[in-house]
Amino acid sequence: MPGAEIVLDPSNVLRLLAGLGVTVRIGLVSVALSLPLGIACGMLMTLRNPLIRAVLRAYLEFIRIMPQLVLLYLVFFGTAGAWGWDLSGEAASVVVFSLWGAAELGDLVRGALESIPRTQYDSAYVLGMGRRQAFARVILPQAVTRLLPPAVNLATRMVKTTSLCMLIGVVELIRVGQQIIDYNRFAVPTGALWIYGSIFFLYFIVCWPLSILSRRLERRWAR
Amino acid sequence: MKTDNENKGKLTTRGKTVLASVLAVLALASVLALAGCGSAADAVKGAAGDAASTEAGQSQARTLEQIKQSGTINIGVFTDKAPFGYVDGNGTYQGYDVVFANRLAQDLGVKASFVATDAANRVPYLESNKVDVILANFTVTDERAQKVDFAEPYMKVSLGVVSPTSKSITSVEALAGKTLIVTKGTTAETYFEKNHPDVTLQKYDQYADAYNALLDGRGDAFSTDNTEVLAWAKSNPGYTVGITSLGDADTIAPAVHKGNDTVRDYINQEINSLASESFFHADYAQTLEPVYGDDVNVDDIVVEGGKVS
Repeated sequence: MPGAEIVLDPSNVLRLLAGLGVTVRIGLVSVALSLPLGIACGMLMTLRNPLIRAVLRAYLEFIRIMPQLVLLYLVFFGTAGAWGWDLSGEAASVVVFSLWGAAELGDLVRGALESIPRTQYDSAYVLGMGRRQAFARVILPQAVTRLLPPAVNLATRMVKTTSLCMLIGVVELIRVGQQIIDYNRFAVPTGALWIYGSIFFLYFIVCWPLSILSRRLERRWAR
Repeated sequence: MKTDNENKGKLTTRGKTVLASVLAVLALASVLALAGCGSAADAVKGAAGDAASTEAGQSQARTLEQIKQSGTINIGVFTDKAPFGYVDGNGTYQGYDVVFANRLAQDLGVKASFVATDAANRVPYLESNKVDVILANFTVTDERAQKVDFAEPYMKVSLGVVSPTSKSITSVEALAGKTLIVTKGTTAETYFEKNHPDVTLQKYDQYADAYNALLDGRGDAFSTDNTEVLAWAKSNPGYTVGITSLGDADTIAPAVHKGNDTVRDYINQEINSLASESFFHADYAQTLEPVYGDDVNVDDIVVEGGKVS
């Protein structure tokens, strides 16, 4: 299979890794910001207050209906046009992915909390626990177990979707790959397959540990 | 009757929930829009109060003076379209557009800061003032000229026809009755349909398919942008571009934010003064010739001093 030299060239490898660094940085920062925001959102969503419900519902639907690319354009170009903000591509990406993560995770948290049967609360109260204690000791542990698989799924989706950031000028993994392929278009015409193969592998080694982690935690909590 | 009423009741409750959600989304959207308008209005007010500003747009493009003061000019270039704008093995920006961009910055006495752009986001980059200039193989069209201001051209593209060297086609007349491969939706397709109906067209969706058809001998020649076929023929021995320039030439020019006259005038001045040293011919020799080969007429591609011959 010709063309392997393109992925053996040390400077190409270093550039791909630098691109991966940008991808992972956007992904991790967004996931880290989504966690507290999403949990807060989810807990608010379980409240009975119709105003809070309507606002959060609107937020969730807005984020869900809009393609991520449109959101990126809105935040990157839109804020510059309307308010003259000069957000960097990476900052705009983190804003969009955090908003997305918070909305989706919020809905997952709400689902997990509401899936715990009413009887669990009642049993806890009967045992003499207060509201806070019942929530922390009985409801939350069960909800977290149910929450983990879809939350990890969301995190991997967020990491993968960072590939869209290249369209607002962020030089991340895919963009670096395309630059290398294009530069070697004539010297190594079969390079595309090798570069995309390496990119697949790099995304895999970022996302796979997440899956392993969630499986481990699930197994431990199941006991 | 009872069930009917129940159903009605259920429907209305569900209807209400849906209605509430829709209203909430609309409310959110209008709040966002209002916030946008409000700030835009403020921006306009601010601009009016600022004597130095030349236009009252939503946001201000940087003037030549502001760029000089900041010490950096932001230039949008392609980073994966060799040989016009690309990143070499060491990670440095290279290409025909980049050479000009570097010279532009150098003569202005500022540092060039390159921003990676794509074909689709070149106009938004200028409209939102994320860059001062776009130098990314930007073809001048009427539609684009309504949204951005183009400076004088520094390059032109027309159609090229590539054929096997053994049965080389060197004139449009020689194509009569022959089969010509084209890619759907390109200017080549419309040009031949309109001007040379005696040429049989064989159409493909992808460039790769069209090239394979030529390699397999399913057609006598293939036509698309001359820059594209020239580059391809160079890397495929046994094929030559018999016709290097056909049809109306499209020009390629730098673009700035609509109404940013100080920067556009500076670029025009620069293009005019660079003609004395044949800057773009040197640029061609450095960046495009290695890709197109030396059997190409430079003046089919390069525009010097903004004058299309």
